[in-house]
Amino acid sequence: MHIVVCVKQVPDTKIIKINPKTNTLDRRSAPAILNPYDAHAVQEAVKIIKMVGGGTISVLSMGPPQATEVIKKSIEIGADKGYLISDRAFAGADTLATSYALSKALERISKEEPIDLVICGLHAIDGDTGQVGPGIARRLDIPPVTNVIEVSELNEKEKTILLKRKIANGYQLIQADYPCLLTVGKEINEIEYSPLPNMIKAARYEPVIWTVNDLENVNRPQLGLKGSPTIVGKMFTPPKPEGGMKLEGNSDEQVKQLIELLTDKQDLFFTHVN
Amino acid sequence: MEEYRGVWVFIEQNDGDIEGVSLELLGAGRKLADKLEVPLAGVLLGNAIQSLSSEIIAYGADVVYLIDHPVLKDYRTESYMKGIMLLAEKYKPEIFLYGATPNGKDLASAVATDLNTGLTADTTMLDVDLEKRLLEASRPAFGGNIMATILCKKHRPQMATVRPKVMKALERDTSRTGNIIEEQITLNEDAMRTKVLKIVKDVTKTASLADAHVVVAGGKGMGDLQSFQLIHELAETIGASVGGTRDVVEAGWLPHELQVGQTGETITPKVYFAIGISGAIQHVVGMKNSEFIIAINKDPNAPIFDVATYGIVGDAMEIVPKLIEQFKELRKEKGGEVSYV
Ligand SMILES: Cc1cc2nc3c(=O)[nH]c(=O)nc-3n(C[C@H](O)[C@H](O)[C@H](O)COP(=O)(O)OP(=O)(O)OC[C@H]3O[C@@H](n4cnc5c(N)ncnc54)[C@H](O)[C@@H]3O)c2cc1C
Ligand SMILES: Nc1ncnc2c1ncn2[C@@H]1O[C@H](COP(=O)(O)O)[C@@H](O)[C@H]1O
Repeated sequence: MHIVVCVKQVPDTKIIKINPKTNTLDRRSAPAILNPYDAHAVQEAVKIIKMVGGGTISVLSMGPPQATEVIKKSIEIGADKGYLISDRAFAGADTLATSYALSKALERISKEEPIDLVICGLHAIDGDTGQVGPGIARRLDIPPVTNVIEVSELNEKEKTILLKRKIANGYQLIQADYPCLLTVGKEINEIEYSPLPNMIKAARYEPVIWTVNDLENVNRPQLGLKGSPTIVGKMFTPPKPEGGMKLEGNSDEQVKQLIELLTDKQDLFFTHVN
Repeated sequence: MEEYRGVWVFIEQNDGDIEGVSLELLGAGRKLADKLEVPLAGVLLGNAIQSLSSEIIAYGADVVYLIDHPVLKDYRTESYMKGIMLLAEKYKPEIFLYGATPNGKDLASAVATDLNTGLTADTTMLDVDLEKRLLEASRPAFGGNIMATILCKKHRPQMATVRPKVMKALERDTSRTGNIIEEQITLNEDAMRTKVLKIVKDVTKTASLADAHVVVAGGKGMGDLQSFQLIHELAETIGASVGGTRDVVEAGWLPHELQVGQTGETITPKVYFAIGISGAIQHVVGMKNSEFIIAINKDPNAPIFDVATYGIVGDAMEIVPKLIEQFKELRKEKGGEVSYV
């Protein structure tokens, strides 16, 4: 069993602070982290490998050289190997160009060891699209199953996997043939504490780094900015709705006014049931 | 690119029920189609769903593209995308919208890859640049209280997924007429690599938050988990559901299902209390269409006041207990339950 998890380095949007007056964001305040959903993806790979009793977990990332950090973090969680594709040619990619580059790297990885499962995060917290996973699956011509909330069974003889997939108001129980691609959110598992040997391995780990020249059959115009059909047209502050009414007075007066507004005056809110 | 004409909406149906967001998109799509002077189409896939066509027309479509096949009974990426590809390659729409639901996002991502075109995720505003016939799909941008307009200049169709509950459906008008175009497709169940064994509907907290008439939401300004109990207490007093911001969820004060905003639920209750919430755009897109918004924040410049119907500048620790007390009084006076009608 060979599982490849796609992991992305993102700025920590929890820490990033925005100045609400100037609408600018303080990038210095944002350390780069492993996309939280991808951490759960690696953890799920660890669980699956345990469930089937052995195998390899590789992680793949596309990004600048600093992205080796998220590969190390993945090794801490339990990945065996890491690959980083890093090249100017990949820069400025939207989701279409990203899935193209990652799928080319996955083709190369599969030559070293055939891939049974690809796992992606449900979305990356910076771009926040969730489009890269299904894109990769289409390019590799494997079925995507997005929004997986549970991996319940894996049959190595039949090459099938049993999954729960979240939908609008419930879930689907799906049996998929693998190789396939899953995307996972946070509810699928809890991140476990990393065992010491993993930490030691991670500290010393040097991932394989590939440039565009290391990938085969790459159609360059499909990469990076050039290969990205979407562009950001403009940025704007959303039109402000009618500023509402601020209630005057001390807190007792404010509370009294509010209750009146919500009950008597507007006759909106509270009524007596029966 | 000139051969691409028309605005399309993917009609998501589950078990023959059309998802609300699909009707909302017909409303939004109608405006775009009228501006561009092209027909609006609903794209309907499924099994034994022909009868839904008249509904789609009643909600604004001029055309319904229909594929009916047993293999399309339940949503699956591989079968649904085959149907969509067949239609899109034959009839070439210039704009194609999907609800930003788990299925809509899944389908749109796969289709965009095969059509080699651009896709904007989680759009909350739609417009067109008439001259260039460009879809302007805007979404909250990473970081600040800022929207980014995403364009797809050189590829067609221009695709976007759109958040539920931000667009408005038209009034249902059964006197409207339209064309139904049915296409045949060859699909073989045995060739499918994914099987839907069963569908389990669960009406849990998410549904109750989504349907609640009154929501009391708390933010990081509540200080700590213990003070956050005031939010629960107020909600209980007035029979409301509890919600919160992402920061509150990440702090572990509330489960993820109760997160309101771009990466949580989009809700439109009658009354929304935003207490100790700054009003970041990613939160606001999830609640701004509530009928009445009441903000309590100690910072008079907090952006939440821009969307609030009534604002109280003050300390939540002081205001909320008083509110609870007053509502309890009111309940006693009226002799029983208080609730929204
Ligand atoms: C891609 C992306 C997606 C996101 N998705 C979401 C999402 O879905 N939902 C969401 O909510 N956020 C989301 N966010 C985060 C969002 O940008 C904000 O960081 C978050 O909404 C802020 O939460 P908050 O208002 O609770 O906290 P803060 O911004 O820290 O605000 C706390 C507020 O409480 C006030 N306050 C403090 N003490 C008191 C007191 N005693 N009494 C009264 N008021 C007080 C302060 O004045 C302040 O305005 C997302 C961010 C990104 C980048
Ligand atoms: N640059 C990248 N490198 C590796 N994986 C990525 C990259 N971008 C996206 N992904 C994967 O795709 C998922 C969804 O990302 P997105 O579509 O950008 O929201 C992430 O959780 C990752 O698993």
